[in-house]
Amino acid sequence: MAEQNFAPMSRRSLFRMIGMAAGSAVMYQAMTDLGYAGESGYTGPTKLSGDVKGASVVVLGAGLAGLTAALELHNAGYKVQVLEYQHKAGGRNISIRGGDTVNELGGFKQQCQFDSGFYVNPGPMRIPYHHIALLDYCKRLNVPLEPFSIINYNAMIHNSKAFGGKAKRYREVETDFRGHISELLAKVTAQGKLDQAVSKEDAEVLLQALRAYGALDRNYEYKKGALVSNHRGYNVDPGGGLSWQPTDSDPMAMSELLQSRLWTGLLTGHEYEYQMTMFQPVGGMDMISAGFVRALPPDMIKYNCKVTEVKQDANGVTVSYVDAQKGGAVQTATANWCVNTIPATILSQVPMQIGAPLKNAINSLSYSAGFKAGVQMKRRWWEDDERIYGGITYTDQPVALISYPSTQFMQTQKGVVLGAYTFGPHAFELTSMSPEERMKVVVDCGAAIHPQYRTEFENGVSVGWHRMPWTLGCFAQWSEANRAKNYDALCAIDGRMVLAGEHASHLGAWQEGAIVSALDAIKRLHQRVVAA
Amino acid sequence: MKSAFVVMGSALLLGLSVSSGAYAQGAGAGGGRGGFTEQGGEAIFKNVCQGCHMPDAKGAVGAGMYPALAKNPKLEVAGYPVSVVVNGQKAMPALGGMFSDQQVADVVNYIRTHFGNNYKDKVTPADVKATRP
Repeated sequence: MAEQNFAPMSRRSLFRMIGMAAGSAVMYQAMTDLGYAGESGYTGPTKLSGDVKGASVVVLGAGLAGLTAALELHNAGYKVQVLEYQHKAGGRNISIRGGDTVNELGGFKQQCQFDSGFYVNPGPMRIPYHHIALLDYCKRLNVPLEPFSIINYNAMIHNSKAFGGKAKRYREVETDFRGHISELLAKVTAQGKLDQAVSKEDAEVLLQALRAYGALDRNYEYKKGALVSNHRGYNVDPGGGLSWQPTDSDPMAMSELLQSRLWTGLLTGHEYEYQMTMFQPVGGMDMISAGFVRALPPDMIKYNCKVTEVKQDANGVTVSYVDAQKGGAVQTATANWCVNTIPATILSQVPMQIGAPLKNAINSLSYSAGFKAGVQMKRRWWEDDERIYGGITYTDQPVALISYPSTQFMQTQKGVVLGAYTFGPHAFELTSMSPEERMKVVVDCGAAIHPQYRTEFENGVSVGWHRMPWTLGCFAQWSEANRAKNYDALCAIDGRMVLAGEHASHLGAWQEGAIVSALDAIKRLHQRVVAA
Repeated sequence: MKSAFVVMGSALLLGLSVSSGAYAQGAGAGGGRGGFTEQGGEAIFKNVCQGCHMPDAKGAVGAGMYPALAKNPKLEVAGYPVSVVVNGQKAMPALGGMFSDQQVADVVNYIRTHFGNNYKDKVTPADVKATRP
């Protein structure tokens, strides 16, 4: 993020000066050097300048894309109205707290029983450091952030079919994998087998690097001892006085480690999208949408509106809608322009006067299944018993992972863990169950790693995204082939309407995608308005 | 570009390639396994289809809708449900990458002979194979 003492506007002025003096290539380089541009295309707060000529815009959907569009268009002088299906704003930017009702399709109703102060984020839960548009809005909208722990060396990696189903610590897997690979590579290097690929001089440095990197001994062997324990942890940790003697831990054998595939649990946190530092809003992800709503005029969003048809002509758009709960009489909203952020699953079912390219693009998108469950525990046993403070445990079981809270360490008696976060077949299967059946799976999977689940489980709440009435799925899936074929058409302005949302971005499923998609859409729309 | 919801670890725990199959983006990489293991039409319906089409196969309505499979005349021509399962359609995701030909045939045959549907002609795995893109 931007340095605190370097205000965005002064940056923009600086960039403009550089741009005028030296041309855009140099300006782009300067912006990159200073930390703007390059990341998701965001170049600082949007400024829609020029006369909007009293134009009006109807925004469909009050998720992050719709809220972003509404806020910026309102600030630019447009007359803005937002229609939202739910009784609240945010869309998939959502948190569930005690007392909240989760209504899934099919009449499956859950009343969240969490104690006051606890929540689960059933949609997005973490923000990468390079999602600078979202971080910028958090700053502008006074949404406090805190670190989200993505890697915890003391969390677990578990495969029910390896090591007798006993989970290993991340640090053990990480150190042993590093050590064994380093030893192997050191061996072939020392034997001269890499002579074709590595010069003699480089081979010497490589051996030094492998010894340090892999915690190898003077013979380039990865072996039990103080050096290795200093990386992977001890059998008995060092202490003080006379009555406490540290003992070294036993590395896993290479073959068993490889075959266990526990090393796969090391990878996520190293990918660009999951590298530290990650963030979460203090108090729940929906603090972001709440921040947007605070910044908008109080009556701009009309709730409980189910869009039933979109018509357009040369002058504007007419949106038909009914009360989302009661149905009844058809109402209409008219505007000169429409920013449509309704997910493609739903949009494909709404009659709209649009061209074939856009219609085909909307219809081409499949939405991923996704499943999450939050579980309230009677005590913070992962901290008290196991010294796991935040981070994620991975497992081959249907729940896929357990994410421990990144906040309130040791401050509360109880706590809420994310007990499941899964996609693909397991998500379809868990979605197909009743809430009670799901929670049994969640507890069984958790107990296979942490027996405390059996005694400390108190209550839970789950979301199967295909049963959410307002999304009918988790996020849009773009194959490379379909993106090449349909993405441009999905994002193009069709008459008086433009789509926005994570589905209209290269950052699928991320909140950043929703925001930069909306910013790009309104920029193009605004250009037309000003040019007209 | 991978998605926010990719969780590679568990897929790889079972030895699946991250980029394998038609479902490489998002779900396939994060599901813990690449395909459904259920065998037989009833098991597949209860573990997969009823998530959206509901246990009574009567579908559901929200901002959009999931159609009823019960008493649905569109099931008369077997090629239609086969194509929808394999290739998807609107809110129905393309599931071909997670099902074998046999599984698709089984679940389509099950749906076409239950929930008030009574279409006797059977879909074969070869029919399904011919529908794949």
